[in-house]
Amino acid sequence: MSDIAIRVQDIGKLYRMGERRGGYTTLRDSLTGALRNSFRARRNGVSTNGNGHSLAADGAPAQGAFWALKNISFDVQRGEIVGIIGRNGAGKSTLLKILSRITDPTEGEIDIEGRVGSLLEVGTGFHPELTGRENIFLNGAILGMKRAEIAARFDEIVAFAGTEKFLDTPVKYYSSGMYVRLAFGVAAHLEPEILIIDEVLAVGDAEFQKKCLGKMGDVARSGRTVLFVSHNMAAVTRLCKRCIFLQSGRLVEDGNAHKVTSAYLQKTLASSASHVWNLSEAPGDEVVRLRAVRVRALDGAVSEAFDIRQPIGIDIIFDVLEPGHMLAPNIHFFDESGINIFITIDQDANWRRRPRPVGRYCSTAWIPGNFLAEGRIMVRVAITTFSNMAVHLDESDVAAFQVIDATDGDSARSDYAGHLPGVVRPLLKWETIYESKTDDSLLGVVTQM
Amino acid sequence: MTTASIPVAPAPRKLKLRPKTGWQALDFAELWHYRELLWILAKRDIQVRYKQTVLGILWAVIQPFAQMIIFTLLFANNGFPTDGIKPPIFYFSGSICWLLFATSLGNSGNSLVNNQNLITKVYFPRLVMPIASCVTGFVDFAISLVLLVALMAWYHVVPTATIFFLPLFVALALLASLSVGLWLSALNVQYRDVRYVLTFVVQFWFFATPVIYPASMLKKHWEKVLVSLNPMSGVVEGFRWSLFGRSAPSFMIIVSVIIISILLAGGLFYFRRMEKTFADFV
Repeated sequence: MSDIAIRVQDIGKLYRMGERRGGYTTLRDSLTGALRNSFRARRNGVSTNGNGHSLAADGAPAQGAFWALKNISFDVQRGEIVGIIGRNGAGKSTLLKILSRITDPTEGEIDIEGRVGSLLEVGTGFHPELTGRENIFLNGAILGMKRAEIAARFDEIVAFAGTEKFLDTPVKYYSSGMYVRLAFGVAAHLEPEILIIDEVLAVGDAEFQKKCLGKMGDVARSGRTVLFVSHNMAAVTRLCKRCIFLQSGRLVEDGNAHKVTSAYLQKTLASSASHVWNLSEAPGDEVVRLRAVRVRALDGAVSEAFDIRQPIGIDIIFDVLEPGHMLAPNIHFFDESGINIFITIDQDANWRRRPRPVGRYCSTAWIPGNFLAEGRIMVRVAITTFSNMAVHLDESDVAAFQVIDATDGDSARSDYAGHLPGVVRPLLKWETIYESKTDDSLLGVVTQM
Repeated sequence: MTTASIPVAPAPRKLKLRPKTGWQALDFAELWHYRELLWILAKRDIQVRYKQTVLGILWAVIQPFAQMIIFTLLFANNGFPTDGIKPPIFYFSGSICWLLFATSLGNSGNSLVNNQNLITKVYFPRLVMPIASCVTGFVDFAISLVLLVALMAWYHVVPTATIFFLPLFVALALLASLSVGLWLSALNVQYRDVRYVLTFVVQFWFFATPVIYPASMLKKHWEKVLVSLNPMSGVVEGFRWSLFGRSAPSFMIIVSVIIISILLAGGLFYFRRMEKTFADFV
């Protein structure tokens, strides 16, 4: 099987600044963004090339326009499973949107042979007021399934989701776990020849993620062509033989999944232990903007490498632009394979559940020494309001650092010098009781405890 | 997995994606292919519409019924002519025909914005959205029509043979709302002002349409011209004519058909032209 399912030639996509780009924007973002656009477009009198995109006379992006994708070319063979990786804003989602026909390329050509199904989100079109049963049919139709197909797979979908008892309950009463399971159940039974998936695995509990990965493995083995975008390197290397690495809208590497993912990890990790943004490009919304992230030692020195025994401080420096929000900065730590080691949420008693006045803040989280395992750690920073669940910003890979476990003998690895698995390496307290007699009294002590 | 035997729906096997510039051809074949989605989206809107309301589907008839009472008390009792038709029936028939247009227009005008989560996450011909919204408005109308029949029976009004033209005027009202809805929904994607414009456009349009007065009441030349140019005049007048057989508004209907056709064709092409940027702007 060597025929080509997807041929992408010299694809480019130009966006005007402030226009919605790939990634997940909130409803309010896109609403205010759209309004801002309309005003900006009118004010600047930007000329468009008839494609809704502004171009200067020489074809270079006009002011405020940027190429979300440029000069992207690749072929996908029938039956191939290709992972697409890259940082936030690298153009992954834009590429998937173009391939799924949601948005048009500004330039270039794409030829696709085969029925395409795309899953850019779990539960697209689910309506909270409708029952599980009604939503299965609605969602299926939205994903391009025929009524007869859905009806034929209905029992399978329900069994997969494990929501038999709640089929006639409106999904607004579902727990988020049930909701996601049902949504993925429908999606997993979509059987196109070419499947385009965007990080649908980023939801649900670990067990359900495993189930989803298994299901996707089945899809892969059944000979279908799959394009799979993810931040989860472990999943990418497990599912895909080939991988494409995008950076700032350009295709950087295309080849063996193991090679490309490690190139990606190296590149992203090379980003220093501190990251500073100008206000104009600072991640965030009208409420709060992220200005800097630093990884530092107790003495304040910014560093990319820490001894495992040393505490590590993560500074989040942010500007509050709109007063009155109860903001909770939180940090997510990932290891090299993309596994989320843990999440920490700011619980500083002075600011917790307290509306913050406008100004600059520096919140520091301290990771104790003897806690993380050795290796590269990637930092993701988010600032959230829990009361009405607003995510003001959520930036992956804003900083990275290395934890080094020297074999001095006083860390958790003790005198062992070989490879130690595990994402944490705490130094636990061990106790020993010794008796010279070997009758059963000590066994009794232990079992009674 | 035991699903291998399910036939896969015929879909375009070969796709060529190219940057689109300028005007696009209308693709009715593709629209037809997505008819099931169109139907299920319309069904969703209908199902959701009156959920968690006490009166439920009754809301569909409360509005025209209340209008009928107010108009009868306010206008008919103060000497407004009703073309020799019993005032309550005159107003109710006008109201439901107008409401069919107004609700369908409101729904389709906001359809893209209200479904932006779908537009940014899946592909389907975007035309499905405003069309499905018009179907929703039709359901309310069908329920009101039942009440109209009951009212006519109550007042012993017997429909004339012209009743066979009724579906034509219902279709015209729907096409009129779709034709304007296409323009507004596409504009709404970029300019949310449309949402507000819609509200008062519908309000003004109501007074320019012979709902609370018969077109025959207008005597001044400019009034006649203005009302004739309004495509809904011919529709509402024609709707009443098909029910009661009085004062056939032949000229007005021709004007309506022409204007609706122009608006619809323009709307379809404008919509298709803007379609490719919906996901980027909505």
